[in-house]
Amino acid sequence: MSEYYKDEDLDRFCEVGKHSPDLFRKFMDWYNSSLQPGLLTKREKVLIGLAVAHVLQCPYCVDSYTKSCLEEGMTLEHITEAVHAASAVRGGASLIHCIQAHNAADKVSL
Amino acid sequence: MTFKDKIIQSGSGPLQAAGIEILQVNLGYKCNMTCKHCHVQAGPGRDEMMAENNVDALLDALTGTGIGCLDITGGAPELNPHFRRLVRKAREAGLTVIVRSNLTIYYEPGMEGLFDFYRDHGVEIIASLPHYREAVVDRVRGADVFRKSLSALLLLNSLGYGANGSSLRLNLVYNPQGAFLPPSQAALEEEYKKELSARYGISFNSLYTFINMPIGRFKEFLDRSGNYEKYMEKLKNSFNAGTVCGLMCRRLINVGWDGMLYDCDFNQMAGLAVLPDYPRHIGEFDYSLLGERKIAVDDHCFGCTAGQGST
Repeated sequence: MSEYYKDEDLDRFCEVGKHSPDLFRKFMDWYNSSLQPGLLTKREKVLIGLAVAHVLQCPYCVDSYTKSCLEEGMTLEHITEAVHAASAVRGGASLIHCIQAHNAADKVSL
Repeated sequence: MTFKDKIIQSGSGPLQAAGIEILQVNLGYKCNMTCKHCHVQAGPGRDEMMAENNVDALLDALTGTGIGCLDITGGAPELNPHFRRLVRKAREAGLTVIVRSNLTIYYEPGMEGLFDFYRDHGVEIIASLPHYREAVVDRVRGADVFRKSLSALLLLNSLGYGANGSSLRLNLVYNPQGAFLPPSQAALEEEYKKELSARYGISFNSLYTFINMPIGRFKEFLDRSGNYEKYMEKLKNSFNAGTVCGLMCRRLINVGWDGMLYDCDFNQMAGLAVLPDYPRHIGEFDYSLLGERKIAVDDHCFGCTAGQGST
């Protein structure tokens, strides 16, 4: 499995557009525009990126958004705190399904 | 593409001085600290130190020119035995004097009264504080440096430094703690002010965000960690032609501990003296010639033109 998630593959991202250039261009325009500062600052958007990267566990995004956080003046303390927040929301999202389990169990129980 | 080619391609080069407003002198490489990001590779074991005759030549060079500011750096420049005389004489001549102080030097033997001396002579202080978080500062600059830096900053505040409206200016410097670029200066300054004030009651005037130059100890780190090529690529890809007009080398000349002249402190550490067509030693200083000199460049100069610039 060592051929997965090679560092150098991130630099080949644009090759994804080889077989559908219009869609890739639209994605890149959308991606770049979405990450520009607006009502939210660049720093806030970078933190959203870091949170999503960890919840989705994308190694490329984790590397990339960790560097972006450092470039926004954040430290490992900031990064760790943000990942805790993201992980807690993710944990809560799993835990709330326990109600679904309770409901399902109630439905078939005496 | 080399920096020399890039600057020409961008329509901004070759680089040429536009007068000399600042004379920056490196009084020596000796320092009480060995910071990981130091481009000078300064430390307690270095013994390069500007001698009295070069200090005198420097003072002569400052006389009757358009230079309005003396910027003193090192190492820890305070360790040079001629440091206080140089400051005193430059202030008597009406120059603004900036000292790049590491703050912890105050706690070394023989440095008692240093901050009073700064206040009495209206010296502007630029001090390195790579972050407002202790763990980060101590990792980059050494154990206990954060605590000592805070004590020194509080002492400077008590002397009137860093307050709004005070003529005693205290500016801090942020350096990235690795192979990445700094954030927006304005945004980080606001954050530093908020954090340092709320946590420690410290005030300061401005924060400068500098890019780590790929030379000296930082270059060694880049090589050792396998980051050099990617870092250079990042600097090159972040080239911003808008920074060229304000590059410090266009309004500054740098003097090494041995009296040699350079276009900046980074060129000094890279061993890149002013071009051979011009006077190359402080003893031969010629304001008119040097004020119009062509500037020596190399690829580390990409560090001064990346992003928002670093100068």
